[in-house]
Amino acid sequence: MTRGYRSQLAALLKRDLKVALRRRSDVINPLLFLFMVISLFPVAIGPGPDILARIAPGVIWVAALLASLLGLERLFRDDYQDGTLEQLVLLPCPLPLAVLAKILVHWLLTGLPLVLIAPLLALLLNLPLSALPVLLITLLLGTPVLSAVGAVGAALTVSLQRGGAVLSLLVLPLFIPLLIFATAAVESAVFGAPVFGQLLLLASFSILTLTLTPFAVAAAVKVSVN
Amino acid sequence: MKGLLQHRKLRAPCGIIGGICASFNKGNAVISTPSLLHAEGLTSIRSERTLFSGVSFTLGRGELLHVEGPNGAGKSTLLRMLAGLFSDYQGAIKWLDGQAATSEEVRRQTLFLGHKAGIKAELSALENLAWQQQLDGVQANAWDLLEQIGLLGLEDIPAQQLSAGQQRRIALTRLWYSPALVWLLDEPFTALDRQGIQLLEQRMQEHLSTGGGIIMTSHQRLSVPAATILLGAEVMNYD
Repeated sequence: MTRGYRSQLAALLKRDLKVALRRRSDVINPLLFLFMVISLFPVAIGPGPDILARIAPGVIWVAALLASLLGLERLFRDDYQDGTLEQLVLLPCPLPLAVLAKILVHWLLTGLPLVLIAPLLALLLNLPLSALPVLLITLLLGTPVLSAVGAVGAALTVSLQRGGAVLSLLVLPLFIPLLIFATAAVESAVFGAPVFGQLLLLASFSILTLTLTPFAVAAAVKVSVN
Repeated sequence: MKGLLQHRKLRAPCGIIGGICASFNKGNAVISTPSLLHAEGLTSIRSERTLFSGVSFTLGRGELLHVEGPNGAGKSTLLRMLAGLFSDYQGAIKWLDGQAATSEEVRRQTLFLGHKAGIKAELSALENLAWQQQLDGVQANAWDLLEQIGLLGLEDIPAQQLSAGQQRRIALTRLWYSPALVWLLDEPFTALDRQGIQLLEQRMQEHLSTGGGIIMTSHQRLSVPAATILLGAEVMNYD
């Protein structure tokens, strides 16, 4: 990567973060949603600590997944509407790099806050403290996958009038393997079983999607601005 | 000097298009300059409707090509093709030394401004300028630019609170600092007031005199000498 690209990518990151800070509700809403879902579960299911600890990994991960879908539609929508997306395509720097910057911003605004409040959510659901590190690792490894795979769907549906529903249908099935292995890892940790294998698998998901999806997103963006 | 203003329109016999190139020479000597862009037999078919076919032209240094035609004639499509945003066409577009529109060097040498302004509504003029300059790899004094474009005093207001014309001016500021040789401007005068149009035409003249090239669409009469590419005249029959 030459220096020129780096400063362009830095400019993109800075711009998108700045725009996001001006529209704080977009950042806060998914977190609020997550918090509501998690806090309603004990009320609805009953506050038995055993049941809660049993369902905690699944509930946290499902809620995280749905929360990440909330803001996904807007990942490229604003850029598409104000014309900055076509300018992104016209940049001299390779488009996959530029969309990787977009994915990174999305993760910083949705994935990272989620990882940060996860200990609190775990506490609400009475997840054993011993499983907390594993939960955090699965979220750290898994949320970039949510952003990256979600970006493919968002780029494909950005030019559609009501792309939201299609987007959910498109990306949810792709999230299922992630959901299975992530919750399995946390559950294993709750029972004190080895989790290394599942974590390695999650890490490979993460690496695979982060290296390959930028190319898919770039292709989808090109089709969408066409 | 009047004689230098050449307005030529050619029409293909079928009435679909004429593609032409006219060149202007600022001095008396006719210097053969290398062309910036050469298009050969461009044909666009969208939704089974032929927008235009067989458009050929050459853009030389210091030349302005004015793409004219009724609404829906494919003017924007032609510009997007040239910019490399739209790839579903037949024909050949050769940039500078026969490079494709997607090559990095061509991307650096071209500037496309479309219908959409390409600025962030949440950010102020100053902030928009900052990120655009960083993306373009240019360091220019933002205050000077704001003064030139007539946005001084409005620099801290989020763009969404400015008028359409003022937002347009923010987007057009790129023309004042960009090192790009070829400008592709799609309706650049939209929403601009008379003084703004004058300012832009002045800037275009400057760009041409330094050897740049411009291809633009506009329904306005240009005060800058231009050759015309006429698209889809009188053939807008929807049968």
